[in-house]
Amino acid sequence: MTIARHLHGRTARHPRPHSMYTPRVYTPCSVLGMSIGHTLLGLLESGPRHGYDLKRTFDEKFGHDRPLHYGQVYSTMSRLLRDGLVEVDGIEPGGGPERKRYAITQAGVTDVERWLATPEKPEPYLQSTLYIKVVLALLTRRDAAGILDTQRSEHLRMMRVLTDRKRKGDLADQLICDHALFHLEADLRWLELTAARLDKLAAAVTP
Amino acid sequence: MNAPAGSLLVAEDLRKAYGPTVALDGAGFSIHPGEIVAVMGPSGSGKSTLLHCLAGIVVPDSGTITYDGRELTAMSDAERSALRRGEFGFVFQFGQLVPELTCVENVALPLRLNGTPRREAERRARTWLERLEVDDLAGQRPGEVSGGQGQRVAVARALVTGPRVVFADEPTGALDSLNGERVMELLTEAARSANAAVVLVTHEPRVAAYSDREIVVRDGRSRDMERAV
Amino acid sequence: MSARQWTGDLALGVRFAFAGGREGWVRALLTAVGVGLGVALLLLATSLPNALAARSARALAREDLTYGNAAAPAAGDALVIASVPTDFHGKSIRGRVLQPEGPKAPLPPGVARFPRPGEMVVSPALQRLLESDEGRLLRQRLPQRIVGTIGDDGLIGPNEPAFYRGAGDLAGKVDGGRIRRIGRFGDPSPRTDPWDPVLTLLVLVVIVVLLTPVAVFIAAAVRFGGERRDRRLAALRLVGSDRWMTRRVAAGEALAGALLGLVFGAVFFLVGRQLAARLEVLDVSVFPGDITPAPALVALVVVAVPAAAVLVTLLALRGVVIEPLGVVRAARPARRRLWWRLLLPLGGLALLAPMVDQGNRNGDFNQYLVTGGVVLLLVGVTALLPWGVEAVVARLGAGGVSWQLAVRRLQLSSGTAARTVNGIAVAVAGAIALQMLFAGVEDDYTRSSPHDLTRAQMQATLPGDVPVAPALAKFRHTPGVRRVFGYAEGGIGDRPADPVHGTELTVGDCAALRQVADLPSCRDGDVFAVTGGEYDTETPHLARAGRTLYVDPSYEGSPKRRQVPWRLPRDMKRAPSRPDLLGNRRGGFLATPGALPAAAGPGLRGEIYLSIDRSVPEVEERVRNTAAAVSPLSTVDTWSSVERSPRFASLRTGLFVGAACVLVLIGASLLVSQLEQLRERRTLLSSLVAFGTRRRTLGLSVLWQAAIPVTLGLLLAAATGLTLGAVLLKLTATPVRIDWGGVLSMTGVGAGVVLAVTLLSLPPLLKLVRPEGLRTE
Repeated sequence: MTIARHLHGRTARHPRPHSMYTPRVYTPCSVLGMSIGHTLLGLLESGPRHGYDLKRTFDEKFGHDRPLHYGQVYSTMSRLLRDGLVEVDGIEPGGGPERKRYAITQAGVTDVERWLATPEKPEPYLQSTLYIKVVLALLTRRDAAGILDTQRSEHLRMMRVLTDRKRKGDLADQLICDHALFHLEADLRWLELTAARLDKLAAAVTP
Repeated sequence: MNAPAGSLLVAEDLRKAYGPTVALDGAGFSIHPGEIVAVMGPSGSGKSTLLHCLAGIVVPDSGTITYDGRELTAMSDAERSALRRGEFGFVFQFGQLVPELTCVENVALPLRLNGTPRREAERRARTWLERLEVDDLAGQRPGEVSGGQGQRVAVARALVTGPRVVFADEPTGALDSLNGERVMELLTEAARSANAAVVLVTHEPRVAAYSDREIVVRDGRSRDMERAV
Repeated sequence: MSARQWTGDLALGVRFAFAGGREGWVRALLTAVGVGLGVALLLLATSLPNALAARSARALAREDLTYGNAAAPAAGDALVIASVPTDFHGKSIRGRVLQPEGPKAPLPPGVARFPRPGEMVVSPALQRLLESDEGRLLRQRLPQRIVGTIGDDGLIGPNEPAFYRGAGDLAGKVDGGRIRRIGRFGDPSPRTDPWDPVLTLLVLVVIVVLLTPVAVFIAAAVRFGGERRDRRLAALRLVGSDRWMTRRVAAGEALAGALLGLVFGAVFFLVGRQLAARLEVLDVSVFPGDITPAPALVALVVVAVPAAAVLVTLLALRGVVIEPLGVVRAARPARRRLWWRLLLPLGGLALLAPMVDQGNRNGDFNQYLVTGGVVLLLVGVTALLPWGVEAVVARLGAGGVSWQLAVRRLQLSSGTAARTVNGIAVAVAGAIALQMLFAGVEDDYTRSSPHDLTRAQMQATLPGDVPVAPALAKFRHTPGVRRVFGYAEGGIGDRPADPVHGTELTVGDCAALRQVADLPSCRDGDVFAVTGGEYDTETPHLARAGRTLYVDPSYEGSPKRRQVPWRLPRDMKRAPSRPDLLGNRRGGFLATPGALPAAAGPGLRGEIYLSIDRSVPEVEERVRNTAAAVSPLSTVDTWSSVERSPRFASLRTGLFVGAACVLVLIGASLLVSQLEQLRERRTLLSSLVAFGTRRRTLGLSVLWQAAIPVTLGLLLAAATGLTLGAVLLKLTATPVRIDWGGVLSMTGVGAGVVLAVTLLSLPPLLKLVRPEGLRTE
């Protein structure tokens, strides 16, 4: 748990009930930053890599319009190294951080496992994180559909709470809840669509 | 999947094929008395077939369905029909009200199939129409009422016999969101107050949100999200 | 609106009629078969007058017994002809004996040359019969050598059994009755009106009664698949065709079905024509060539059927608004009004009223009034039924679930139900009326036999030149004959020619004479004057002992008879009459053979009365064979307890079969619409099964749905039929008597059709309500 807390920068939610999902949550925030550690860990699962190699792979699969700075990779890898989730597998002659070859530790594998299995808190712009999770699951031959199902369940859990609150609340409550519900529904629709296209996605991301 | 204790309706390892098309391929299900369970999944996943099996409309090729300690698959057609008349209620997507009968006659129909005299059946039907806020439609025919009203009549018809399980197959599928939600509210409220379990087949998340939990059917296999996590 | 656009729309409709894969074809075929059957029936009906005319022309052309044609033909070129009909296994065989008296003697139609004595020419049907195993006994009766075949010209139908036999000894036997001398065949003065007015009436009514339901059926047939068509038209509206275009397209579809139906009808007609040649109804068969409709009538059918199909379609579309997004039926059709519907049958009665009792006065019926009246009465049924169904169904009350489902359905769309039942109602109404008319008219032809059948059941008549006593012995030795009584009978008068007083003379032995009168005593040589004979006012004038009377006197206008003088003996006795072997009380004189001069013998005909054992196989045929062996000019009659006009009996059977066929036809269309309706409601029915409705309940509701309108239709049909029947009987001045048998049998067939339709629609129903029906497509 401690590792997870470090990584997420917050406490694990499960099985504690969620805090209320309100429009307040809809503020831009970089979800991406929070998952870089897990993403790099996941990429390492397929075999030891150099830091530069990791950056290239990340950019290729998830970076698209926002490539990682090498500095981000360096600092993240140092944190992972410190927490014992990766180890240095070898150093190329010439020195410098970019010459280190990293490998994932057993603790690291467990952490990725846990991260993938834990549904994300339903919130805006979640797709990026979910997308990464799904792709990583596909890359590491884990159950990607299960991730989506778990996430749907999480969303529905939230929707139930909102639906219940809506039924008991006044008109203002109803309108606010409806707004949130429609957004959650949009997420769910994305989940359904992704689930329906898992096979295609797998073919696209796995070499 | 092991059925949790106290389940009212439990299905295990159901398989059903229509010719070469496999509709169910090892699906399971369970529901407690008074519980509302959403059955979700993409279209063609086998949701409706699962519902038909659970309701005893379709006999699965293999697997077991236990309702209240009785094995459904071992029953004769007549026994299953009697069970559906007496203990189950049904709501379908397009209401499926009999177009020639008035609304109150439609609601009274399941009671009359059970042998309740016409007068008494229609009296009880009227009270249900009242509960679903459509008592002013009693004398109208389904063709003369709106989709949302018709669906409320259908809900009244499903609940009028005091069923222990209500099977609802896309009950709001043909309605706009406002009407759909009102129907869902009325359905779940009425079911809860009557302690009827509801098996709710839907692909709409906001409809599924009226359930207590959901199971997902994909490629003929089901996944119970409560117990899977 | 250009003509091109018109034809374009119609052509689109024609394409639609056959498009839509297998289902489209099946629907088009069904319509075509329905229309085709109707067209074939129409063509057959329009051929009927021609066929009857051809028949009577053939009959007239071979006529040889021309009454009132006493003028003796030129000597030397005459033909002596004798009528020798016989019966075999209930079938009448036309038989003639021919003896030409010169080279220019007339040949009968269809005969190439005269058969010589010991030879005969036969019709193909008789030849087949004689050559079959069945005809073995008949061959003994007609042993002559077959030297030729009677051509079609000489026969009134292909299955008519007939023969012409040669003879050389007829000339001396001409009696102006059964044996006569003629100079030509054919009636030189044919009756100007060969139609019995009652027969005219019957034929008219039969045609109307059988054709009205056919029209109803055609109307139903062109509406097969109507719902689907409406949806298709709605799709057309969506892509931008206007209301009139869709109507034209619909008309094109109906036209296509009707035109294909015409082709089918022509084929059915040609096939039916050939089959009709093999068919024999009431001993009547018709040459296929005679079944030829009048060209004008054919043209009428060819134009009227498609026109009617289009008209019916357009009328049906009247109550339907086809909008781009679907079909809207006029939500609540105007309540049906009674008054104009009542006008039709009342108008029909009004047309028929002036002709009441015409049958008595030999009056001729105005064909237009009769046809118009009957049609109006029957069409009145089709107009009254929708109103009646609506009115009754609206009042039908509580009942079981199946009853409620059916009643409510009928309340919502009683028109559809009434339309399908209309055909049944018209057919049954007409058939009941006809059955009643036949039964009534038949009463004139059928009466219980006055004959005393305990003592004799057959009678053979021998010509005068055959001695009775040896003949009696031959009959006695025929297997199956129990007792035989023989008499020589003839006329007797006070003058040799044209007597003022005349009565009958019966000669027989004492045992035979005791069968006709209570004799005080009897031995050979006795003569008795009978007292108390029926209608006998003459004997008292003649019965004076010692007076000379003349046996077999001549009458003016017929050949000279024997005129044998006979003196009544002084010891003539009187004897009171008693019912003779046939139950008649005869009068006149009785004589034992010894009391008469030998010369009187040939002037009397032999009458043999036979009591037979009917349990002996073929006893009747054996008796006829014996009679033929005794004399080829003999005739035989068989008495039965009820004399029934076989003509009408078989006519009634024919009508019953025809009406039953029409009902089956209508049942087929009922079934089609029933199945169509079930298919449309498949999801609903499946959902009813889902919440536990018993299949029995659904089946029953289907039954009620058909049975309620049909019951109403049959009730109305029975009422109309009885009314029409009563009116028709009034027309023919026959006492009105209700023929409950006819009513029951026709309504029974109607009910049977409903039951069959329900039973046949049950398997599809059960198949439809399987859970698969719930799956949304």
